[in-house]
Amino acid sequence: MHIDPEAYANLPAEDFAPLGDADRENEQIARPSTTYWQDVWARFRRDPLAMAGLCVLILVALAAIFGPMLSPFSYEDVDFLNGDMGPSSAHWFGTDRLGRDIFVRVLYGARISLTVGVVAAVINLVIGVLYGGIAGFIGRRVDMVLMRIVDILIGLPSLLYIILIMMALGSSIQSIVLALCFTSWIGTARVVRSEVMMLKSSEYALAARLTGASDFDILLHHLIPNCMGPIIVSTAFLIPSAIFSEAFLAFLGIGIQVPMASWGTLANEAIAALSSRPYQMFFPVAAICVTMFSLNFIGDGLRDALDPRLKK
Amino acid sequence: MIHASPNPPSAPLVEAQNLCKYFPVRARFFGKSRHLLKAVDGVSFAIEKGETFGLVGESGCGKTTVGRTLVRLYEPTAGAIRYDGQDISHLNRAALLPFRRRAQMIFQDPYASLDPRMTVGDIIAEPLRVQNLYPGKARDARARELLALVGLKPDHINRYPHEFSGGQRQRIGLARALAGNPEFIVCDEPISALDVSIQAQVVNMLEALQDQFGLTYLFVSHDLTMVRHISRRVAVMYLGAIVELAPVAVLYKHMQHPYTQALLSAAPVADPRRAAQAARIPLQGDVPTPIDPPPGCLFRGRCPKAVPRCAQERPALRDLGGGHLCACHLLE
Repeated sequence: MHIDPEAYANLPAEDFAPLGDADRENEQIARPSTTYWQDVWARFRRDPLAMAGLCVLILVALAAIFGPMLSPFSYEDVDFLNGDMGPSSAHWFGTDRLGRDIFVRVLYGARISLTVGVVAAVINLVIGVLYGGIAGFIGRRVDMVLMRIVDILIGLPSLLYIILIMMALGSSIQSIVLALCFTSWIGTARVVRSEVMMLKSSEYALAARLTGASDFDILLHHLIPNCMGPIIVSTAFLIPSAIFSEAFLAFLGIGIQVPMASWGTLANEAIAALSSRPYQMFFPVAAICVTMFSLNFIGDGLRDALDPRLKK
Repeated sequence: MIHASPNPPSAPLVEAQNLCKYFPVRARFFGKSRHLLKAVDGVSFAIEKGETFGLVGESGCGKTTVGRTLVRLYEPTAGAIRYDGQDISHLNRAALLPFRRRAQMIFQDPYASLDPRMTVGDIIAEPLRVQNLYPGKARDARARELLALVGLKPDHINRYPHEFSGGQRQRIGLARALAGNPEFIVCDEPISALDVSIQAQVVNMLEALQDQFGLTYLFVSHDLTMVRHISRRVAVMYLGAIVELAPVAVLYKHMQHPYTQALLSAAPVADPRRAAQAARIPLQGDVPTPIDPPPGCLFRGRCPKAVPRCAQERPALRDLGGGHLCACHLLE
């Protein structure tokens, strides 16, 4: 190939100045900018079961909040003349032995069940994250002592201490929540502990230490936000398990007292008439099932959405 | 141990004196583990204000540990770190705060060293938040200023680290290090995770910033060519100890230690004709474990010139004149 030196003789000096770093095309990123939570939501939205679960749960929650206000009946109104009625246009789910509207009682039960589930999950979240975070972050002996305490707690038979707590504190929502929270934070604590142990030696934690940040600052600003994924997943599965435990205990007769109603107590009351009036059992149990399915589907969807390995 | 002081005549900014960092191996539930991993074992050097001090060695030789101990990410097991005349070896977190502003670090892995859940602005402003510098709106302005300083767009302040390439992330790490106006920066293999084309950009930026702010660098790397380019003096580490320390021109031309000779002969040469002529000095065997190392010279098992004395006595650094220090019995 022939190169004509004349053509290159008079090139201006500017042509040889370095290109500005900021303007380089090869450092441009083509993908539109999305935050972590936008990615999570995009993945979650693509999961039909999880979205169906979310819609059903929102419906149940709205019905639980507004349904009893719109109904002409109250959960405790007794109407002996209309006892044990099957489902009708007036009483959608029928009435129980004392003539109370089962539809309203199921909605009222939803309030109790959802409240128990959410409150228990929030308490679990707070205790579990702090406990696991401290154990994982400080490590060594503190970790060993805290984890042995957990081993002891988890070895206690749950029914025993739940009944003891309920007997000591009386049957109220507060005592049920307390009893349910007594050990269920352990799962969250273990998840957080292992995540924090892994993340605390990460370079960004070292970089934070280098700024002079305190241990608590690093835990709060870096480690816990970075294990939010597993925390949320474990909390998402704690809600249905708390609701189910409450229903189970109420079914056994330990829990909310009449005339208040949770789904478990409604099912319990319906046992006597199970063969003759099965609808009294069907509606509360159906409510439990639908809610359980929804919450578990949401949990599954969240787990998949939060897992960065699925990131596209 | 040390016959000659490795300190340069003028007062050094950072000084390591017989620095040791041991890690317990397999910590047990009760009591102390009996085995020690001697990551850094008796390292002494001094870095003058405004210079770039290179630290080279193969993987696992303790060079990263030296860097991290020097900025007190680790507390030294023994020995002393003096910064601007003050002994900072065992200060606690609160007492270290003024030092944290003056000495910073750039990390090796630009992907692991930025918190993925924080915006770039929050990452860069973190030293300012922790130290409560530039309060209020000034902090945001400072973050933008720092981004511009490292060649990124100030508008990138609200983006997340995953939206940037490796080279850009390393610039963000550099901006964070510069936030509190430091004078000393440990560069812990800042370019080894980057493409060659980006390496030059980052190194040029480090040099430009050094000129602009009068920074002092400890440049930790296994890239001998890059260390030669950027450093004024270079120390070669092997298994937790410095085996040779010299001004860069001396080290790369008149290296004395058998390990340095082997190491430098392994560095790739860009010119194929010269590469064909260059004699490689192949080393036998593997690096011995730094857990409970035996007495004697740590390199003797792989040294082509080992003599019986090497097994008995560990050689001390001796001054060969002109700031050239070497730890080898053969030089007596």
